[in-house]
Amino acid sequence: MQIYLPIAEMSVNAFLLLGMGGGIGFLSGLFGVGGGFLITPLLIFIGIPPAVAVGTGANQIVAASVSGVLAHWRRGNVDFKMGLVLLLGGFSGSTLGVMLFSFLRGLGQIDLVISLSYVIFLGIIGALMLYESAKTMRRRKTAPGQRRKLHQHTWVHGLPLKMRFRRSKLYISALLPLTVGFVVGVLAAIMGVGGGFVMVPAMIYLLGMPTNVVIGTSLFQIIFVTANVTFLQAYANQTVDVVLAMMLLIGAVIGAQFGARAGARLQGEELRGLLALMVLAVCGKLFFDLLVTPADIYSIGVAR
Amino acid sequence: MRPVAAFLCLVSACLMVPAGAPKASTLVADLSRHLVAISTGFAGTDVLLFGATEGKGDVVVIVRGPDRPVVVHRKSRVLGVWVNTAKMTFDRAPSFYAIASSRPLAEIAPSTVLAREEMGLDKLRLELTRAKASANVAREWRAGLIRNHEAQDLYSAEVGRVTFLGNRLFQARFKLPANVHTGTYQAKVFHLQEGRVVSAQTIPLQVSKVGLEADIYDFAYQHSALYGMIAILVALMAGWAAHLAFRKA
Repeated sequence: MQIYLPIAEMSVNAFLLLGMGGGIGFLSGLFGVGGGFLITPLLIFIGIPPAVAVGTGANQIVAASVSGVLAHWRRGNVDFKMGLVLLLGGFSGSTLGVMLFSFLRGLGQIDLVISLSYVIFLGIIGALMLYESAKTMRRRKTAPGQRRKLHQHTWVHGLPLKMRFRRSKLYISALLPLTVGFVVGVLAAIMGVGGGFVMVPAMIYLLGMPTNVVIGTSLFQIIFVTANVTFLQAYANQTVDVVLAMMLLIGAVIGAQFGARAGARLQGEELRGLLALMVLAVCGKLFFDLLVTPADIYSIGVAR
Repeated sequence: MRPVAAFLCLVSACLMVPAGAPKASTLVADLSRHLVAISTGFAGTDVLLFGATEGKGDVVVIVRGPDRPVVVHRKSRVLGVWVNTAKMTFDRAPSFYAIASSRPLAEIAPSTVLAREEMGLDKLRLELTRAKASANVAREWRAGLIRNHEAQDLYSAEVGRVTFLGNRLFQARFKLPANVHTGTYQAKVFHLQEGRVVSAQTIPLQVSKVGLEADIYDFAYQHSALYGMIAILVALMAGWAAHLAFRKA
């Protein structure tokens, strides 16, 4: 059954979209990630124009994050104060990102920048996660129960504008979450992702937040950042396809149910290792596409 | 059934023309329909063109989409990665081009006539905004533009067939793919005798989005801000609904 997408201006098999949404939903339920970093490249692989893939991806993540954050909120795992500071950075970052996106699109370089950002970030994050999970899996076998130090003071703690974040049990400079939020905001706009895969490691390793509040808080701010990206992409570039977003969403909601159940049966470290391998696979495919000689060196651009 | 009925009407109209009437036109043609509606299930469609000629000769039919400027990028290798490094703008290029003829084009008319009427993809007039490029380079860019359109089924190098039913009645079939651009298309029918165009007729064909698809598209472009807000609102409600479903499970 073909369905015509009004903004992408092409017709795609409806079951393919539902299946893709389901697959992404399954993975996001399994690993507890938004799945934006998979959905945008997948949409590009099936021929959706990259600009529409990014705008629509952001819209889909709004919905996915809302259902996620509500569950975390009920368990009290959201640090709203931290979320708001991250959000402040995220708003300005994503606004700048959409402007950058429009500019690059006019230059004809947006496809390259989207692919390159994915290759770089997925490569770094995937390698780090794989290393981490391999290390912990080895440590678990040899010497269990090494306690980490509660506080480690570095140059970071000398920065001005210190704020107290009670839920995260932190007393750090507000400049840190502002910067993290800003960088993730730019990425969200250009890559059409929530940025959870950058945000979560940054919160744990850079800000030193406790793991239990990290996911809820990042989801909380992702809602607003992706909503901002959705709005700006729709307003400035007209690249948000609601029909496409809804099709993906329906699949994702169902897939996530099964994913969460399957995830309960797997070990945390093994899960992280699996996720890392998948991230690296997507990164590898995109990188390969950049290197391989294109079928045609001429392509049609956007006429302004 | 409708095209067939229309066809029969046309045929009877042709036959009723008195023999001594002034020879203003030697050609009558029409399309099976004048509107291609793009709706939810749209996956491309066929358009049938039919007509009759007076006297012997050949028939050539060209279907063109509306002209628009087209930007073409060229990639080259930078540090091992393929990057768009050059771009050229073509002032006007049809968004769709298909041609059909009753015999191979080269046998119907000399090259000058084919070029004048833009018969055949190789005769399509595609000029660069400024003569920035030498003739050789310009030809490569032109070929690049045509290849890209061919890959999307928007141009076809293949010359379709105009089939004659008897001596005077003819028909040709065109396929519009799912990714056609919207706008006013033109089907131009030529009647040629001994390499000269003796008669020509242009029939408009409207390709437009209808129903929900059209509404969404128009809304997205005319009320972009509101569209963005509604997209967010829909996503928020969908997420909330999903949460409720999860909680029950």
